[in-house]
Amino acid sequence: MEEDDFNPEVVKRFMFVNRKAPYGTVYALESLETVLISAAFDQDVSVVFADDGVFQLKKGQDTPGINMKNFSPTFRALDGYDVEKLYVEKESLEARGLTEDDLLVDVEVLSSKELSKIMAAQDVVISN
Amino acid sequence: MLHTVNKSPLERNTLESCLRLAAKGSAILLIEDGVYGALAAGQAAKEIGKRKADLKFYALGPDLAARGLSESPLVDGIEIVDYEGFVDLAAEYEAHQAWL
Amino acid sequence: MAYQLNGTTVEADEEGYITDISQWSKELAVLIAEDEKIEMSDDHWEVVNFLRDYYEEYQIAPAIRVLTKAVKKSMGPEKGNSQYLYELFPYGPAKQACKIAGLPKPTGCI
Repeated sequence: MEEDDFNPEVVKRFMFVNRKAPYGTVYALESLETVLISAAFDQDVSVVFADDGVFQLKKGQDTPGINMKNFSPTFRALDGYDVEKLYVEKESLEARGLTEDDLLVDVEVLSSKELSKIMAAQDVVISN
Repeated sequence: MLHTVNKSPLERNTLESCLRLAAKGSAILLIEDGVYGALAAGQAAKEIGKRKADLKFYALGPDLAARGLSESPLVDGIEIVDYEGFVDLAAEYEAHQAWL
Repeated sequence: MAYQLNGTTVEADEEGYITDISQWSKELAVLIAEDEKIEMSDDHWEVVNFLRDYYEEYQIAPAIRVLTKAVKKSMGPEKGNSQYLYELFPYGPAKQACKIAGLPKPTGCI
C-alpha cells in the first residue's frame, strides 16, 4: 500500500452500490449500516441504488405483517450523517415502473452513462 | 401443485423457470421478494399474462405491504392472500414446490 | 442483564441496553440512569426526549456527532455542543443517553 493510505488527511471517494431489494435478504440493511458507520470517517461518501436496489427507497413500506423492522425511514437520516450524494439509476427505475415520486428521499436520478462516469472516478467501490 | 416463488424476477430467473415448468391447473403464490413479479409495470407481467388461462396466481399481502406495494397496480387476475390464505392453498393443493 | 421495575423484569443486553424498546417508561429511564450514576434533571430529560423523537423518526440511534448537530439545530448552540452533552452524560452522551432513552446502541458508534 501507498503511504497515503494511512494518512487521515487524505479524503477518499467511497461509493456504496445497492443492488438488492430490502427484506428478502439482509444485504440492504447491512449496507445501510455500513454507510452510517463509514460516515464517521469524514470521507467523500456516495450511495447508488441500481437494479432491485431502487426498491429500498420505495415509499409506503409497512413491515409489521412480516415481523421485520422497517428500516426505510433511516435513509432520511443520511443527510444528518452528511451523506448527501444519493444516486439512482434511471434505467433501473424505469424497468420497474417507478418514478422519482415513488421514492422516499431526494435523490439524483442519473442515466447509466452518467453513473458510469461517477463510478469510474471512485477510490473505493463497495457493492452489494 | 402449489408453486411458491420467493425471488425477484429481475434478479433471478426463478419465476421464469416456474412459469415454464408449472403444469396446467397449478397455483403460483408469489412471496417475499417474489411479490415484485406481481407488479403490472414489471417485466414479468407479460409472461404471467400468457399463462393466466391455465394457472392461478396469488401474491402474499404482508410481503407486498412491507415493500410499499399495497397501492401499486398488479397484473390483472392476481389475487392477494394473507397467511391464512397461504395455509388454505397449501391444504388445497397438497403437493408444494418451492422455487428458491 | 435485566432491570427490575415494579415487580416486572425488563431484559437488556450485556451493556445494559434494553432489548425491547416498547418496554420503556419514564420510571425505567430513571432506574437505568441510577445505574449510570445519573440523576435525571430537566436538562437530561430534554436530551432523552430528543433522542426518542429522533428514533421515532429515523429508526436509529444517532452517532454522537450527528446527535450534537441535531441538538444544535433544534435547541441552539449553547446545548448543541459536546461539552454541554458530556457534562450531562459524562460516559458518552450518545451511548449513555441512548441507554436511558431505551434505544439500541448508536449506529455509527466507533
